[in-house]
Formats: sequence, structure tokens, C-alpha cells
Amino acid sequence: MKRRIFTTFAASLGLAAGLMGSTAMADDPVRIALVVKALGIGFFEAANEGAQEAAAELGNVEVIYTGPTDTTAEGQIEVINSLIAQRVDAIAVSANDTDALVPALRRAMDRGITVISWDSGVAPEGRQMHLNPSSNELIGGMIIRLAADHMPDGGKVALLSATTTSTNQNIWIEEMMKVMDQYPDIEVVSTVYGDDLADKSYREATGLMQTHPDLDAIIAPTSVGIVAAARAVEDAGKVGQVNVTGLGLPSEMAGAIESGASKSFAIWNPIDLGYSAAYLAYSLATGTAEAGPGAEIPMGRMGTLTLDENSEGAMADPFIYDASNIEEFKDIF
Amino acid sequence: MILRWLALRETILFGAILVLLGVIYTRFPAFVAPNNLIRVFNDTSPLILLAIGQMIVILTRCIDLSVAANLALTGMVVAMLNVAMPELPIAVILLVAVCLGAMLGMVNGILVWQLQIPPIVVTLGTMTIFRGLIFVISDGRWVNSHQMSAAFKAFPRSTILGLPMLSWFAILAVILFIVVMNRTTLGRAFYAVGGNPHAATYTGLNVGRTQFWAFTISGALAGLTGYLWVSRFGVAYVDIAGGFELDVVAACVIGGVAIVGGVGTVTGALLGALFLGVIKNALPVVNISPFWQMAISGAAIIIAVGFNARSGRDKGRIILKRAEAVAPT
Repeated sequence: MKRRIFTTFAASLGLAAGLMGSTAMADDPVRIALVVKALGIGFFEAANEGAQEAAAELGNVEVIYTGPTDTTAEGQIEVINSLIAQRVDAIAVSANDTDALVPALRRAMDRGITVISWDSGVAPEGRQMHLNPSSNELIGGMIIRLAADHMPDGGKVALLSATTTSTNQNIWIEEMMKVMDQYPDIEVVSTVYGDDLADKSYREATGLMQTHPDLDAIIAPTSVGIVAAARAVEDAGKVGQVNVTGLGLPSEMAGAIESGASKSFAIWNPIDLGYSAAYLAYSLATGTAEAGPGAEIPMGRMGTLTLDENSEGAMADPFIYDASNIEEFKDIF
Repeated sequence: MILRWLALRETILFGAILVLLGVIYTRFPAFVAPNNLIRVFNDTSPLILLAIGQMIVILTRCIDLSVAANLALTGMVVAMLNVAMPELPIAVILLVAVCLGAMLGMVNGILVWQLQIPPIVVTLGTMTIFRGLIFVISDGRWVNSHQMSAAFKAFPRSTILGLPMLSWFAILAVILFIVVMNRTTLGRAFYAVGGNPHAATYTGLNVGRTQFWAFTISGALAGLTGYLWVSRFGVAYVDIAGGFELDVVAACVIGGVAIVGGVGTVTGALLGALFLGVIKNALPVVNISPFWQMAISGAAIIIAVGFNARSGRDKGRIILKRAEAVAPT
């Protein structure tokens, strides 16, 4: 333990010395640390790509991409401590634990470091603001829009959810129902539950196609359900008649896009997320914006983030993936 | 006499399936179309394969709760093997799946045979270990359909004589094990060991070794199903077939396999699996609230088992009554 602290200390000293050398040359760049759940995860590598893009756009910004080697809160605390020692200007963290990071992050804030969380949040006392990839309203609106985009003449859609008690899915479906009056030609014929089991979801999707032979789309806002439903559509020979859409991961859905069972689906775009996090951290660290309930903070090409009473904000609509961009993203996450 | 009684019980179950189909017909006629029945049979095939293995294990007074985890682990291994070596022929994949599954079953078998740990404890433990191993080898990541080779995914769906390969595996397994259970020494040993272990020992049967072979067969079938499952759904991850072991045990119990061992047939397991399969496939189309579906599945199991238990008890009493009637004279 003692030795580890010493090595961390020595490492940070070395780093600090190195950085001091470099700062002498440049005009004091704003150093933003992008702390991820663990290194080597495609999703976060892509977020780093976005953060680097923001850095290039802003100029005079250095993004330090870092994180532990495994997804533990302890590892992140160590990383954060070393970042404090390096006196970075801002820390943007995707937390492995909501509460465990709070003391370390508070210490960072005490030293004048801007702290924000993104993707996976930290408790409000441990950060200035939190960036959510999306919001329940936006997701609810998106899943029906995905289906509607490919149904110009309207038609019938059915929902394949996870379990009857899954909070997320139930809220998203509720939000979707709120905007259904914008789609007068579309009828939601049924909601079934696949329990996030591949075989049950498959049977439920097959059942939907049997009870509603003229079904046009199946919306599955769950990653297991959407894959199983696409499989069921392929096996039923209904590719082209029934479009499977909803929320899924590009790597898992690449096969379904290829076969045509799914025309498009959505999930957050990690590149945009990293980009926005870096932009927000920059705005706060340079004092051009202040975090707090109701604050509006610019995030470059992603528009402006409005914070709610918990200093949380939703970045954007989930990003749409289809045949045009699946190749690029399927190896990322 | 006993054979006729068993045959009768299976006839009743077969009748129950027909009645069930009749009821479904009144609510959703398209369900009993031949094409759909083939689809239902195909969908039930994994359950049939596992139920046969489970039946043999239960016959020997054991239980195998690790079948679904074995299926998932073998499925993950063959999926990763396919990603690493896409050129590997399907025959090799099948062989690997069966052998690996059998080996995992042997682990259960050895623990039960040599260390004499109660089977429910052994398989509860290996169930968790197998699921954990999947996480270790896959890092918790999915193997997705676009990573699998086309041949790997196409095999269980390729049709011979109008039936998908998956269904043929179930049919072949049923035929093979009807022969094994009725016409081989090993098959008869399963019944003997479960019916009366002491008597079996006196007749020179090694009870532990017979149980070991039961676990091995169950494991081999689970391994085979692992490949078929993964290729059918086009995805492998830690939780596939989660909770499926309970369906498998339920299928056996519905099929008249006595949980205390010694009684049960392959046909019974087949019919039990079909009964559950019909219910599972019919519930989504007969428009019953999802909140009721699980309750209905459960009720069906209890009714079927209650029926079996009753018929079994009646039989025992009649024998005693006859003996009683004979005795005083």
C-alpha cells in the first residue's frame, strides 16, 4: 500500500515535471482529463476520439485520456488522485460507482479543479454537473420516430419490452405513448414482454407476427429483445415486411442490419458523448459558463446543454444507426 | 402390467396436449396449422433434447441443475471457436460441443460418484461455476451474429424432408434413447439403480458409476443443444438460457418421470416437453395478459404433476387391495 502511494506520487511528480516543461512552451493549455470506467473498452475509446475532436476545435486544449485497467471504483480513485497531483484543469469522469468517488472528487473541486460526470453519474455532491447521453423523453420520442420513418403510409407497430417490471423500458414506453398523437396513422397494437431472454423474446416476436399478420414494425427498446426479434423476423421470412427497431448496440445489431430485418435502430453515440463532455469541461474550467440548476452551457456542434434542478442535462436524441454507418461502429461497441 | 400402465399415462398426456391444442384452436385457429405445429416442435426441440438427458439423471435418483449453464458454456465456447476459426467444418463444431458438454457432465458425475456429494448441491455449484467460466472466457462480451460464419448459423435451420435440422436432432435423440433405455444393459441399469439402489448393488451394478454415465449423457445432450441454441438465436452471452433448467425439470415431471427415481420413459419426457412447448408458444398468440402468463404456466405444471401423482397413488392402492382381498381367503 505504502509502496503504491509512493509510486503514484513519484509518477505524478514525473508527470508534473514533464508537463511543466511543456507548459513553458505552449500558452498554458487547458488540460482536461477524460476518466473512463476502464481502458480498452471500444465505447470509451470512441468517446476519447470525440473529446480529441473537441480539443482540436477549441484549440489550446489538451485531453488526457485515462482510467483504471479494470472497472473498479478503487482504480478510478487512484487515477483521480494522481490527476489532482498533476493539477489538471478539469476532470470529466464516467464513474464506476455513484458514491465511492465522491470524496476524491470533492478534494479535486477543493483544489479548484472543474469536475463533471458523464455517461455514468456521480452523486450531486461529488461533481458540478452531470451529462446524460439522452433523456427518457428523447428516447421515448426516438423509438417511435425510428419506426415511423419507414412507414410513410402509417400502419401497425407492436412493442417488445423486457420484463413487466423493468423501470427503464416502462418509462420509455410511457414517454412514447405521450407523443403518439403526432403519428395519427400509426396504431400500437400490442405490448409484449420477452423478459430479456433470447428464447422468450423470440417466441413473443413470432407470436406478434402471427396475431397481427399485417404488422409493419416491432419496436424493442431492449438490447436482447431487438436482436431476438430480428432473428424471429428473418426466420419467419418477413424481412422487408416487418421492420425491427428500437435500442440496440451496433456490434449486436450488425447482422440484423445486414439481413435487412432491421432498417435502423438507435443508441447513444460515444463520439458525440466524449465531444460534449470535453466541451462542457472546457466551458466550465475557463469560466465562460457556470454550472447550476437552469444553467445553459454550450457544447459546440451538439448545441447547448440545459441543466435541471439536479445539475443534470441530456445531450441529444439517441443516435440513429443504419446500413450507412453500421460498418464504422460495429467494431467500436 | 406396469408397461401397460405407463403407456396409459402417456396416452393421457398425449390426450391433454390434444385438448390443449383444441382450446388454443378456439382462440387462435392458425396455431394448429401444420406449418405452425412444425415450428412449435422445432422451437421445443432444445427442451426435448435436454429433457431426455434430465430424465435419465432423475431416473438414477439424481438431478442435474447445471444443464442450462452447460448449454450456455458450450455454446459460448463453440461460438468463440467459430469466430477464431471460421473455416472449421460444422461436423467438428458438433463434435466439440458434444464432447465438451459430456466432459462438463462428467465433472458432475465424478463429484457425485467419487465424493458422494448430493447431486442437487453438486449441480447447483457447477451451474454457478459454468456461468462464471463463460464470463471469464468471454470477458462478459457477446458473440454476435455478424461475427459467426454463415455455415455456423445456417446449419440448424437447413431443412431435410421439410423439417429443420434442429427438429431432426430431437427426433434422432428420441429414437436413439428409446433404444438405449429399453434394449441396452446401461439403459436397464438406470432403471434398476433408481428403482432400488440396494438391490441394484446386490445384482452387481455400480450405483455411482451408473449415475456418472447418466450425468455424462445429460451433459453431452446439453453440449449439443448449446451449439444448436447459439446458432439458432445468433448470439452467445453469459445469460443465455437463464433459468432453462427449471423448464427442463418441469418437462420431465409433467412427462411422468418420478422425482424419487426409477420411473420414467423417453416418450414421457418428449410429451412433457411438448406440453410445455405448446403452452409457451401459444401464450403469446392467445392474447392473455403477460401478467397472467407465468401464473398459467405454473398452474399447468402443478395440475399435470398433481394428476400424475394421483394416478401413481391409485395404482399402488389397488395392488395392496388385491393382496388384501387375497390374503383372508
